[in-house]
Amino acid sequence: MDPIRIVRSRTVVLPAPNIDTDQIIPARFLTTTTRTGLGERLFTDWRYRPDGAPNPDFALNRPETAGCRILVAGRNFGCGSSREHAPWALVDYGIQAVVSTEIADIFCNNALKNGLLPIVVDEATSRWLIGHPGVEIVIDVDTRTITLPTGVRVPFPLEAFARYRLLNGVDELGFLLERLPQIETYERGGRS
Amino acid sequence: MKTMFQKVWERHEVVPQTADTPAVLYVDLHLIHEVTSPQAFAQLRARGLPVRRRDLTLGTLDHSTPTRTDQVFGGAPIAIESAARQVRELETNAAAFAVELLGMRSAERGIVHVIGPELGLTQPGKTIVCGDSHTSTHGAFGALAFGIGTTEVGHVLATQCLLQRRPHTLGIEVSGRLGPGVTAKDLILAIVGRIGVGGGTGHVIEYHGEAIRALDMDERMTVCNMSIEAGARAGMIAPDETTFAYLADRPRAPKGRDWERALETWRQLPTDPGAHFDREVEVDASDVEPMITYGTNPGMTIPVTGSVPAREDDPVFDAALAYMGLEPGASLRDHPINVVFVGSCTNSRLSDLRGAARLLRGRKLAPGVRMLVVPGSQPIKAAAEAEGLHRIFIDAGAEWRESGCSMCIGMNGDTVARGEYSVSTSNRNFEGRQGAGSRTLLASPLTAAASAVRGRVTDPRELL
Repeated sequence: MDPIRIVRSRTVVLPAPNIDTDQIIPARFLTTTTRTGLGERLFTDWRYRPDGAPNPDFALNRPETAGCRILVAGRNFGCGSSREHAPWALVDYGIQAVVSTEIADIFCNNALKNGLLPIVVDEATSRWLIGHPGVEIVIDVDTRTITLPTGVRVPFPLEAFARYRLLNGVDELGFLLERLPQIETYERGGRS
Repeated sequence: MKTMFQKVWERHEVVPQTADTPAVLYVDLHLIHEVTSPQAFAQLRARGLPVRRRDLTLGTLDHSTPTRTDQVFGGAPIAIESAARQVRELETNAAAFAVELLGMRSAERGIVHVIGPELGLTQPGKTIVCGDSHTSTHGAFGALAFGIGTTEVGHVLATQCLLQRRPHTLGIEVSGRLGPGVTAKDLILAIVGRIGVGGGTGHVIEYHGEAIRALDMDERMTVCNMSIEAGARAGMIAPDETTFAYLADRPRAPKGRDWERALETWRQLPTDPGAHFDREVEVDASDVEPMITYGTNPGMTIPVTGSVPAREDDPVFDAALAYMGLEPGASLRDHPINVVFVGSCTNSRLSDLRGAARLLRGRKLAPGVRMLVVPGSQPIKAAAEAEGLHRIFIDAGAEWRESGCSMCIGMNGDTVARGEYSVSTSNRNFEGRQGAGSRTLLASPLTAAASAVRGRVTDPRELL
């Protein structure tokens, strides 16, 4: 994984709460055996009408959101299934950060494994961002802050190890493999 | 004084968490399936790593597999080519990494969260993970069981461990008793409706109290299964004599002296009196009625006799109702339906099938209603057939299938058509969950079967 410190982008806004992983990537596309190529299926049933034509009302189809790499969404984003295909699809599409007042646990874990930043902000910041789609904001992993175009800097929580991994591009499996001696000791100790 | 969660967590800390690093948590049982494992095995291949503990790893095929007999046992190829490829890929990976796989024709194959308990592999005090959010099901035995993503599946395959921050605890005390015609499914739908689809985020739930103790293991699994629908990664229920009676003599449960030793350990697991949960909620089971969902997430629930709520200035709520084709204030009771699905890791066990059969015995499906009954595993299918349940379903006009996730996830050929209403015993009513444009009403097997008979949403108590 490449190190990530700053994400600077205009936002695309999906204000609905509880956007579940079935919307992010419907189950019928989960028969893939690779991690790539899911971006074109991202939010399929919202992006496309039943006849396959793009839905012009959907945010990602509006020309001004092209190239936006930060998704601002309503509370409890990514709830539902554990499918890592959801962050894979977002990353493949070009999204680098999701900003919400609450992000579902498994989605949050999966996002961090793929360099997708799960950013939790307070209600007021979220309301402001939802009310101002398309503004350019700066997410700084190092200082754990978002800078709004007004100049206001908003802190966000980011677990210490997640921050360290993102800033240094550290791979979690490598970290675990370095703990094999402790794992072996644990196994020898017998389990209850 | 410790909670059960705390005891299980602490016994599995290979390295405890610090301010800078999460805990290294040991995994006792890793269940894998065809949808969330291919990219994990690819990770192992890329690094030249073996599966560290093949003896703690078990694979099955369930999500993308067909349920039509000819496609499972030969005579016809798997209709969805990409699904067939995925099945072949797990077969290849299991063979290459020497991992046990309950293959397409295995008499023990089934939904991953049904087979673990059925084989006796799911045991109190274990840590259990799987690349599937409904892994919470196994918590019914007093295990700490939660869903993980595919990258983490790779971590467990390679190291038998995960890096985890310790979650908070939420105690849900359920007092009283469920009334006649009211099931564990209704209870958990009521709980998710009460605390909301994000109400358990960051928490492990422990369900306790009189009403929980009175549940059998199938019912406890239904409750723990839907913990994730409240955002909790895991749900747990303390093991007791009901648990031990279920596990005794299961093929892969401990035997002889090992069983006696296991019992001693398991009896130490329940939460100590006076131990503290980070949050607590109380529910009275006597107040719970048969429940049904009316919207597009599992927190949007009402009693089957109730009416769809109205909300001021909530365009998202209005959009959910528009998707469902329902109006605020409308009664769901007697609403026409098209499809009934009895199955899924929530409600596909023998007692669920018995419940549905009880209502269908000597009755027929209403004209125009399609009903699928999909047992959770091949052993459940065989047991149901030995009791003659399949005859009741078939005589009523329902389709009796091979085991699998089927219409719960709509990625295996079993789907609900656009605009159709499905009364489903599964766990998610998200937009398109059962097929693009499908409209799902989550309910118990009793409510599902009663609705199949009437062709309309029906309170099962009217037919009992």
